[in-house]
Amino acid sequence: MAIEGAELIQASAFLGAGLAMGLGAIGPGLGEGMVGAKACEAIGKNPGEAGLLTRTMLVGQAVSESTGIYSLVIALLLLFVV
Amino acid sequence: MSIELEAWVTMAAFAGAGFSMGFGAIGAAIGEGFAAAKANEAISENPTYSGDIVKMMLVGQAIAETAAIFALVIAVLLLFAAGGEVSMITAAGLLAAGLSMGLGAIGSGVGSGFPAGQACAGLARQPALSRNLTTTMLIGAAVSQTPAIFAMVIAFMLMFINFAGGTMHMIAALLGAGLCMGFGAIGSGIGSGFPAGAACEGLARQPAMGGRLTTNMLIGAAVSQTPAIFAMVVAFMLMFLNFSDLPLHPTSAALLGAGLATGLAAIGSGVGSGLAAGAGCEGWARQPFTTGNVLVIMLVGQAVSQTPSIFGLLISFVLMFKAYPSTELFALSTAVFSAGICTGLGGIGSGVGNGMAAQSAVTWVARNVEQEAILMRTMLVGQAVSQSTAIYAMVISLALIFLV
Repeated sequence: MAIEGAELIQASAFLGAGLAMGLGAIGPGLGEGMVGAKACEAIGKNPGEAGLLTRTMLVGQAVSESTGIYSLVIALLLLFVV
Repeated sequence: MSIELEAWVTMAAFAGAGFSMGFGAIGAAIGEGFAAAKANEAISENPTYSGDIVKMMLVGQAIAETAAIFALVIAVLLLFAAGGEVSMITAAGLLAAGLSMGLGAIGSGVGSGFPAGQACAGLARQPALSRNLTTTMLIGAAVSQTPAIFAMVIAFMLMFINFAGGTMHMIAALLGAGLCMGFGAIGSGIGSGFPAGAACEGLARQPAMGGRLTTNMLIGAAVSQTPAIFAMVVAFMLMFLNFSDLPLHPTSAALLGAGLATGLAAIGSGVGSGLAAGAGCEGWARQPFTTGNVLVIMLVGQAVSQTPSIFGLLISFVLMFKAYPSTELFALSTAVFSAGICTGLGGIGSGVGNGMAAQSAVTWVARNVEQEAILMRTMLVGQAVSQSTAIYAMVISLALIFLV
């Protein structure tokens, strides 16, 4: 199979999309897990504040999620726009 | 420069031997180092029993060494006894065998170090329990070795079966099988070590729980093995299903991607399930009257941590069984391969993250059982959010397979 320039660019975009989302998913997955772990710990120690702690957990996770969403956006751009 | 076929086979065998022993040495060395570190700590706490502790350390290290010895055996076989038909398929099989064994030994080496180290620490605490600690350590370390044994079985098959079929298809399928089993064994090997270590530690804390701790350890470790079993299933499918009537492109790239999707995603789920199982054993030893509650949340947490490896398995099946139209476009082959690594890599973080959330929830159910319901809810919410990135990765993979 002969590979031409335009096709190589398309192939790189596909590979880039996979790598961007694949690698980009590792950090938020770990980080949000850590937040969840600490929230469980905090609720175990102080169940009275469970509502506040759950809210804090979700806010923290949402921020940690942002890099995963950047990866998703870049992957979608690579797939369908560029 | 033209290279003869014999030279390719020899090159692949040598490269495979290097990968096998090189990767295979990583895990055992870390595991044994952990055991030795714990033994030193134990001796400083209770110098009177230094002789027994050193003995325990050496026995534990000997088991952790097993994974590296498997890798050595495969490497030596690849150097001196490999062969079979002279073809590119044989060459791919030999290289894949080395990758399977080398990568597959990492997790078991690290994992079996945990029971060895915790048994030394336990001996310093409860010297009278020497016999029970040795038994628990041996069972736990043996279970942690299982993924390395899976990897060795796959490596032997890759080396000694004469595979037939379309050359390019088989090369991709065999490399995919080797990488799938190799990567897939890492997480389960490390993960099974956590409950094994926690069971040894717990035995010294609560000797009366002995037999039941072993039971919980075996349950937790068995669930942690699941991702390695997924990887073995995919490796078998790649080796023995007949793909040769499918169009060469993009099937060959899809087969390689299928191996990587399950193999890589299994790393996170294996480690994550192990974290939850370790906390379960610790919890049983700490609060024997909460065993039922701890077991339930441990199993739920482990099940959710398995999800990323199931995503990986799903993408592998799609990649293997989708009817592709024949294409000469290099970009489409890249897309299916990229789909495999996307879900594979994307599952690692979520698997470990889910496991961390489960670990903490299990730990706290054991300490504060009245809050079981709210801890379960928080754990599940936290895990669901942590799962989201693995789902994004799966969506991108599906887009790469079906939309481009």
